[in-house]
Amino acid sequence: MQNLIALLVAAPLLGAAVLLCGGRRLDRSGHLIGTLLAAVSFVIGVVLFSDLLGRGADDRTLNQHLFSWVPVGGFRADIAFQLDQLSMTFVLLISGVGTLIHIYSIGYMEHDERRRRFFGYLNLFLAAMLLLVLADNYLLLYVGWEGVGLASYLLIGFWQHKPSAATAAKKAFLVNRVGDLGLSIAIMLMFTTFGTFAFGPVLHSVGDAGEGRLTAIGLMLLLAACGKSAQVPLQSWLGDAMEGPTPVSALIHAATMVTAGVYLITRSGALFNAAPTAQLAVTVVGAVTLLFGAIVGCAKDDIKKALAGSTMSQIGYMVLAAGLGPIGYVFAIMHLVTHGFFKAGLFLGAGSVMHGMNDEVDMRRYGGLRKHMPVTFVTFGLGYLAIIGFPGLSGFFSKDKIIEAAFAKGGTEGWVLGGAALLGAAITAYYMTRVMIMTFFGAERWRNAATTSPDEPSAEPAAEHRGEHAEPHPHESPRSMTIPMIVLAFGSVFAGAFFGIGDRFLRWLEPVTGHQEGNSPVGAATVTIATMVLLVVGAGIAYLQYGRRPVPAVAPRGSLLTRAARRDLLQDDFNHVVLVRGGEHLTRSLVYVDHTLVDGVVNGTAASFGGLSGRLRRLQNGYARSYAVSMFGGAALIVAATLLMRAV
Amino acid sequence: MRELAAYTTSTGEAIQFWVLAVFAVLGALSTILMRKAVHSALCLAGTMIILAVFYLANGAYFLGIVQIVVYTGAIMMLFLFVVMLVGVTAADSLKETIKGQRWLAALCGVGFGVLLIAGIANASLKDFAGTGKANAGGNVEGLAALIFTKYVFAFEITGALLITAAVGAMVLTHRERTERAKTQRELSEQRVREGRHVPPLPAPGVYARHNAVDIAGLLPDGSPSELTVNKTLRARGQIRDVSQEAVNDLKALEQRSADRLERAGTEEASK
Amino acid sequence: MNPVYYLYLAALLFTIGATGVLIRRNAIVVFMCVELMLNACNLAFVAFSRLHGNLDGQIIAFFTMVVAAAEVVVGLAIIVSLFRSRHSASVDDASLMKL
Repeated sequence: MQNLIALLVAAPLLGAAVLLCGGRRLDRSGHLIGTLLAAVSFVIGVVLFSDLLGRGADDRTLNQHLFSWVPVGGFRADIAFQLDQLSMTFVLLISGVGTLIHIYSIGYMEHDERRRRFFGYLNLFLAAMLLLVLADNYLLLYVGWEGVGLASYLLIGFWQHKPSAATAAKKAFLVNRVGDLGLSIAIMLMFTTFGTFAFGPVLHSVGDAGEGRLTAIGLMLLLAACGKSAQVPLQSWLGDAMEGPTPVSALIHAATMVTAGVYLITRSGALFNAAPTAQLAVTVVGAVTLLFGAIVGCAKDDIKKALAGSTMSQIGYMVLAAGLGPIGYVFAIMHLVTHGFFKAGLFLGAGSVMHGMNDEVDMRRYGGLRKHMPVTFVTFGLGYLAIIGFPGLSGFFSKDKIIEAAFAKGGTEGWVLGGAALLGAAITAYYMTRVMIMTFFGAERWRNAATTSPDEPSAEPAAEHRGEHAEPHPHESPRSMTIPMIVLAFGSVFAGAFFGIGDRFLRWLEPVTGHQEGNSPVGAATVTIATMVLLVVGAGIAYLQYGRRPVPAVAPRGSLLTRAARRDLLQDDFNHVVLVRGGEHLTRSLVYVDHTLVDGVVNGTAASFGGLSGRLRRLQNGYARSYAVSMFGGAALIVAATLLMRAV
Repeated sequence: MRELAAYTTSTGEAIQFWVLAVFAVLGALSTILMRKAVHSALCLAGTMIILAVFYLANGAYFLGIVQIVVYTGAIMMLFLFVVMLVGVTAADSLKETIKGQRWLAALCGVGFGVLLIAGIANASLKDFAGTGKANAGGNVEGLAALIFTKYVFAFEITGALLITAAVGAMVLTHRERTERAKTQRELSEQRVREGRHVPPLPAPGVYARHNAVDIAGLLPDGSPSELTVNKTLRARGQIRDVSQEAVNDLKALEQRSADRLERAGTEEASK
Repeated sequence: MNPVYYLYLAALLFTIGATGVLIRRNAIVVFMCVELMLNACNLAFVAFSRLHGNLDGQIIAFFTMVVAAAEVVVGLAIIVSLFRSRHSASVDDASLMKL
């Protein structure tokens, strides 16, 4: 059975290879091949899952060793896979949601000339992500990690003819490199500390290493997670990544990429448990990001960017939970899975709206779409209810647990983190209600505003050949797009209850991550009630602001905070001032040092040798007789030396 | 003489050594100091003959004869041939052109000589074996026995070396004619075409007094014309300039004829 | 008289020859000086032959003569062809290695 594990990765990888190398003759069938291979991966995942369920709770780890990649002395890197409950969860999420997004893309990318290539990249993305979660050592994980970075670069910049998309892709790649640096340093530290980087040996011998060393590794892993999961301070790429086609956004945000950081932290749980400082840093990063993303999400008028802010915020919840240690790991992963469902549904819904609205992304030009797009409205609405944590839906079960766990951290930290999580829940309700109202309710603001607004350039260039200047005719999307949305809506509604009631998910995952009940200073019921109250308050404010009053077509100036939030809370300005300017100054001073000091030494050496040679050159006058004098003098010296040696 | 070269040295040999050694050193010094290569070669030949005598005195009879026949007779004559071929060039002055070369050469020479002589003087060479025993069966026979037994490989290789050297010399000096030699007609046509010097070159010699080829013919104003002398001699700078003599001769001739005319005139007058 | 004096003479002649090589420019004269050095060596070999009481020294001198003959043949051929191409027998003229 464990021999199937490699096939999980191999199927989409094969798809990518075939589609990218196959050339134009696959243009007509490429999307079907790509979708089929993604589905194959999902089916294999289901087969393996049923096999795992048939085993005892302690026997649910499968290993497959393909070959030794770099066996050099004490250094040993294997191509080997490890499938346990944690990996299995990710495999199902990635391949399942991934397959749905493939199906959705068939309709969404129908008119794009480079659809075959798009599906090749999607398959590559799946393969890299599956490799990441299936690796049994950090080095192979790093391979998948880099593969995800590459695939995200290719997909975000898929419409590379748009400068904004090309720049966004580069930005995502560069910011990710910073995180990758952290991961590579962490791997090197592991090797020097433990002599290996396989999961088992490293995580079992954590006790042997000093806490300082573990903290260093943990912080480096956190840096890596920040890069991939778009956490503060490496969050800036996520908003710009919306330049990619909407299915890509769904894939990146829901099922792959951004979850990699949470996976990394959870996988290295034993290591973080032994390094409390690093763990505290993880919770701080998570708490800051969940508020940061939520605030950004409130101010955006671009529907995809608002959802991007929400993703950042929700990933912040997961990181926060993962940083809480054994009391939070399970809930982090649980929220990750439910979030995978409803966020994918929301993005696909947003894509569907854009599809019907001539690729308009500005919510101020939407309104009243519920009559024109009933399926999209219902599925999007269910996703909305799930994300704000409406009782009974997915988000309610997972998010509530995280908030409880944050309070259960104990002490001042517990109060601060729990407060932040509660506040985040309120803001989430606010901005999601805002999105919902602006899009599906109110006046039909698109009637007389046909063209895209000049200040918010369209994210989708395909608009140009879909008649951009005509008044949009909102219509329901084709079935290949609505069916995945419906499936995901089911997940959004029922997954949380399925996982949460009776602690099914807890029992499934506990053997891998371990679990520990925290002693919360406030009761579970209190937290739930507080969450509900805040939810109602947030949604109510949004309703008062946007539901009762007409929404202006041009955004008002707004307060200082609103304007800052529209600029992503000045993240790019911060990066520009601190990193770009600082880098320029540093470079300039280094250039100066290089020109004066380094070049001075080098040129001085060269010049002194040149001068010396110029003088020595005189000896080489080309006259045989001069050379004969040297020879004769040398002979005389040899005679003298011989005589001296004899005399001694 | 055989005993002489054996275990002792006689007074006669000592006298011979001291006398001839002086001449040998003088010959060597002349070789390096003489201005003309011919003189150097002759001085060197003299030194070599003296060395041949020394070989004989040392019991190396075969080498002594070979030294005279091969070295002095053949090799030195080869040198003289080449001197004749190449000739004396203008560059053969004794003026030094490389700065400091002479000082360095003198320093190295003196140093080397002093060191070498000091080394010999330092060695304990009071007793010597003498060649009497070695030459007992005859010097040539002894050499032959060694050459054809102990040194036979070296001897064979020497033969190969000589052959190679002979072939090498031929290759180096042989000039392949790559084109047909021009006929007289073609040469004259070329001269006309170039228009530089159409008539034949003027002949050397002056007034039928000198007909040697190295004497330039004189122009009407009495200066020598280099055109009249062979190209090779011109290149070597071996033109004998007799213009002044010729003018003097002419004056003397006129003087004499004037004297004679005057005397004849007075005689006639006295008659 | 001790045959050692022949060695002194040989050393003297050798040094004179070497100095000649250094100070003369005419290639033929330089070559003659080389011959003088070779002859000085031969004298030393012959004297050593007498000192040691065997004929090996003479054999070496004999080989030296043969090699010298071969050398003279090739050397003079070089000088002749050099003169042909450069119209000069001065060793200083062949100084193309000069910078």
